[in-house]
Amino acid sequence: MTDPHGPGPANPLRILGDAAPPSNEAPRAARDETGALRSDLERNVLFTTVESMVNWSRANSIWPLGFGLACCAIEMMAALGPGFDLSRFGAEVMRPSPRQADLMIVAGRVSVKMAPVLRQLYDQMPDPKWVIAMGACASCGGVFNNYAIVQGVDKIVPVDVYVPGCPPRPESLIHGVIKLQEKILASRIELGPARFQKRRGGAA
Amino acid sequence: MTINMGPQHPATHGVLRVALELDGERILKAEPIVGYLHTGMEKQAEYKTYTQSIPQTDRMDYLAPMSNNLAFCLAVEKLLGVTPPLRAVHARVLLTELTRLASHLVWLGTHAMDIGAMSMFFYTFREREEILAMYEQVCGARMTATYFRVGGLAHDLPVGLLERAQDFLDRLPGHFEEYTALLSGNPIWLARTKGVAVLPRERAIALGATGPMLRGSGVRWDLRRNMPYSGYDEYEFDVPVGEHGDAFDRYLVRLEEMRQARRICLQAIERLRAIGPGDYRLRDYKYVLPPKEDVKTSMEALIHHFKIVAHGFFPPQGEAYQGIENPKGELGFYLVSDGSPKPWRMKVRSPSFVNLQTLDTMVRGRLVADVITAIGTLDIVLGEVDR
Amino acid sequence: MTPLPPGRVEERLRARFPGVEIRRQEGEAVRDLTLFVPAASLVEIATFLRDDPELDFAMLSWIAGVDWLPREPRFEVVYGLLSLARAARLTLKVALPGENPRVPTVTGVWPSADWLERETWDFYGIEFTGHPNLKRILLPEDWSGWPLRKDSPLGYDEVAFTHNTSERVKPAPELTRLKPKKVRTRAR
Repeated sequence: MTDPHGPGPANPLRILGDAAPPSNEAPRAARDETGALRSDLERNVLFTTVESMVNWSRANSIWPLGFGLACCAIEMMAALGPGFDLSRFGAEVMRPSPRQADLMIVAGRVSVKMAPVLRQLYDQMPDPKWVIAMGACASCGGVFNNYAIVQGVDKIVPVDVYVPGCPPRPESLIHGVIKLQEKILASRIELGPARFQKRRGGAA
Repeated sequence: MTINMGPQHPATHGVLRVALELDGERILKAEPIVGYLHTGMEKQAEYKTYTQSIPQTDRMDYLAPMSNNLAFCLAVEKLLGVTPPLRAVHARVLLTELTRLASHLVWLGTHAMDIGAMSMFFYTFREREEILAMYEQVCGARMTATYFRVGGLAHDLPVGLLERAQDFLDRLPGHFEEYTALLSGNPIWLARTKGVAVLPRERAIALGATGPMLRGSGVRWDLRRNMPYSGYDEYEFDVPVGEHGDAFDRYLVRLEEMRQARRICLQAIERLRAIGPGDYRLRDYKYVLPPKEDVKTSMEALIHHFKIVAHGFFPPQGEAYQGIENPKGELGFYLVSDGSPKPWRMKVRSPSFVNLQTLDTMVRGRLVADVITAIGTLDIVLGEVDR
Repeated sequence: MTPLPPGRVEERLRARFPGVEIRRQEGEAVRDLTLFVPAASLVEIATFLRDDPELDFAMLSWIAGVDWLPREPRFEVVYGLLSLARAARLTLKVALPGENPRVPTVTGVWPSADWLERETWDFYGIEFTGHPNLKRILLPEDWSGWPLRKDSPLGYDEVAFTHNTSERVKPAPELTRLKPKKVRTRAR
């Protein structure tokens, strides 16, 4: 069956049958019994893969961990505030506790004293989890290349998206979150007990 | 019982860790543990020329970036013994007072949000976005401006800035009314801030508190008035002083400071209009870059430009300390020069670092919820505390 | 707020402490009044400066350490004092040797010295005898070394560019084996 919207992240659902006509007309299957069944099915039954569904729901409701360290934190707050509203993209609630968050936006420079704390917070987050390195300091050490700053948070935790800038504009951060959403939608997930999984990778 | 607050905590304004010793809900001792954002700025400044250290200063108190730039540039200018031209001086005043507004707006939004008044955050950030748009018009960056240079400004004020600032300042009293209406008479706000986090006057002076922490406790001390710098002696403004030293008084002091900052900005705009176009940078090419048109036509200017950019300028051997009235308190830079283009020592007197010592005095014997109010009313920025 | 006449601070100090060596720092570009005092008399002088009604240096604003390697005396501890009543600043300096530098604490005179001295200890290893809680404050507690001393390195991490790296870094094998699904990000 043709699907005018196409499979993929914009519409993970393949709808059985053609797209419904505009509602001014009387439903064309109203008189025909199998037609009535078919139109009911068209409206109420959706087919997709579990992977697409899971990825779609994970991508569109990311809960960031409130982990602002330095100046980038202020731009992150501006991204959540009015004007740039990150919650349009699903990142509505900023969870203070790592146990309830799935995205860690490392916003700011990571000092040597903070590094073990950061690793502990990352370990406390449940799977699946992602990390955005926001700003130049989190990506690579930024302006500061000395004894006190870890040269890039990817020396401590695996990073999914790097957002450059010093600080990145709120739009850049939103672009980074959207890129992360694309990455999540493209990832492979693992189902079933761990001992039956042949390969590691994807969303876990 | 000892519990630990932070370093990752929604209400600690950055990576502050407080070790609280409790007896039930009463606090016996509150010890702030800092250093989670230590960046080695003072060490790094010894390896960079003076101009290369200016971007570092933005990242210290990142809520008032141009204020930090001003302090550093004034300290270097004091060491060199030069004064920038009038247009630069008053442009600096205008931008520094806008910075004060921006910093106090963030303070108000986050302090209120911590106490529970969530909508204040959205209102104040809306105003702050307009100030950041002005920053962007002036220097290209929303937050980390690095706009002031030794001897003046990096480039001239853009066309349209004064009108934009005037328009913003004209709309500001309406916003102040909003904030006052939301908070000043609000019984919950009064219950959470009146009589809470009291800092007695003598203790404030002994602990080195400055800024609204000191003025809220009844000490009439403002560096802009008592030890003026950068043309502030020509401006008319009031210095608000509190009475009881509690969080509510500091809230009123900062709110009034915002109104006075607006007043100073309006005077600065008038002055800039009166001065008209002119030099925005000193024409002392031993220390300051010559204008680009001269660099393209005159040999001496080209050589000066090359020397200053490639090596940096050579200040005299000596030292200087300059303190300014940052929105958070007295921000000072102590520079020791050995005659080379890189400072021998740059020490930052950071207001938040010294003010944070008052936390223990303010919350002893109070409840845990008052710690949040106390941290909010301290208005600390961890980038400045830890440098 | 009546200002202090110039030279008044030095005059009062010399009158009050006749046997103590108080030296003014000379130099054309020394922009603030700076006095060298010996470490042994520091607390007495500090108490006098704070309690004297005419001078009234009630606030200790900042403390800085300076390392003058290879010059001896190697260290200087610089105290920035502020008098609110007279709107005046004063800089006191104590010169210390490189071996085992120690100076008495002034936390008894100005409680604000608590963290300021801890910071100087943290950066330089200068011991403030009598300090109630001399621990590291900005660096991790198990850090060894005194980072702001001139013989401590900056810790610059050499960034790998093509001009200073001889071998190309190959990506890890497990990263090249997986092929993610192709994502259609635009509607057809």
